[in-house]
Amino acid sequence: MATTESCLEIPEAGFSFDNCARNALLDKMGHVAPRFRKTGTTIVGLIFEDGVILGADTRATEDTTVADKNCEKIHYIAPNIYCCGAGTAADTEMTTNMISSNLELHRYTTGRPSRVCTANRMLKQYLYGYQGHISAALVLGGVDCNGPHLYSIHPHGSTDKLPYVTMGSGSLAAMSVFESRYKPNMKKADAMLLVKNAVEAGIFNDLGSGSNVDLCIIDRKQKVEYLRTYFEANMKGKRQGDYSFSPGTTAVISSKVRQISFDILSEEVQEVEGMEVS
Amino acid sequence: MSIMSYNGGACIAMKGRNCIAIASDLRFGIQGQTVGMDFEKIFPMNDHLYLGLTGLASDILTVSERLEFHIKLYELRENRKISPKTFLSVLSNLLYEKRFGPYFIEPVIAGIDPKTRQPFIASCDLIGCPMEPEDFVVTGTCATQLYGMCEALWKPDMQPDELFECCSQALLNAVDRDAGSGWGAVVHIIEVGKVTTRRLKARMD
Repeated sequence: MATTESCLEIPEAGFSFDNCARNALLDKMGHVAPRFRKTGTTIVGLIFEDGVILGADTRATEDTTVADKNCEKIHYIAPNIYCCGAGTAADTEMTTNMISSNLELHRYTTGRPSRVCTANRMLKQYLYGYQGHISAALVLGGVDCNGPHLYSIHPHGSTDKLPYVTMGSGSLAAMSVFESRYKPNMKKADAMLLVKNAVEAGIFNDLGSGSNVDLCIIDRKQKVEYLRTYFEANMKGKRQGDYSFSPGTTAVISSKVRQISFDILSEEVQEVEGMEVS
Repeated sequence: MSIMSYNGGACIAMKGRNCIAIASDLRFGIQGQTVGMDFEKIFPMNDHLYLGLTGLASDILTVSERLEFHIKLYELRENRKISPKTFLSVLSNLLYEKRFGPYFIEPVIAGIDPKTRQPFIASCDLIGCPMEPEDFVVTGTCATQLYGMCEALWKPDMQPDELFECCSQALLNAVDRDAGSGWGAVVHIIEVGKVTTRRLKARMD
């Protein structure tokens, strides 16, 4: 027991900077580091009569290649709070997951449903601490005991509390739609249409955004409608021919088959009456 | 020269009907020169779960060994096989831990869930952003060529034999258009209950 415990190193929580010296040296030698997967993106949020609507496109890019045609950019933070993320995809994913976990612990400590301003404060303090190096631009929206709230959070930690926001590379296209048609206290159907049109503006005019529109509606009763692929703005073309290869096309040098035993999940013994032989 | 193309390599995983294919080339090079032709970039984590890694070769070995350590400890503690989704989470966190000094690798996971028997494929970027598509994942120096081949050849619900042909042809033809990968290929077809490993005859240039 003593030997196993000594070789079990529990790593410290948080970031590890072990590889930094090596990577800096490689950089100096002229080896260009690869680009991270970004979410390009058009993310929007809007407060309407009954609550808040968040909208996002679904394209993730790696430089100029589309890495994921249908990724989820609206992340769960709390049962009544959701957050859209733009910027470096890993950063938005990990940051929102972490804040979501911390908020759940906070709920257990306080014994109350989470407030949107709490999530906002946690996110901005985290991002400010890393001085913008964690590239996560977020649109945080939710409904709590004080009504619907919408915040936009920038990578350096500044936040804005507004009735409608857009972030990401397609934010200008989306904001133009909002600015021309937004009215306070819109009805749900009108608000959903406006958000859809704003995200579409980003999808069709911005190179970093594309594919489909996702919506998330959180209303005053704190009921959440997560509409994944609310609108499929771009459908994949239908393949005209059959490009399958007949078995045996590929030349094989060697082949090895390994049988894998099944895990026995349960064993049942049934008693059978002895047969009478007369 | 980009650090990801220092050693070269290509990896692909495809989903079929109750089966998955994971394949890689076999080249190990040092910038322009090919030094090895039997460097498999696919590592079995357990019977039903395979991990493919492309990028800097020393980081490939480091990450695959660290992950094997985590998985073995997991299996000892939990007394059950890890599910592919959990494995993706372990990998993602391991890579994100090094967010400001990343490992120069791009991983690909292919596995069959031990409980539900459903096929699962996923990939990450070098800092651990997970992606779980329904069709295929590609990484490596010839990723662009692989995207093109897969988009053309992949179709849903392929049987193991069909999937093998599709995956092999996609890989072989893509690496033929890339100087940094090739020199042979290995393909694993993983079904519930058996794994078929084949080495392919490829152009050795």
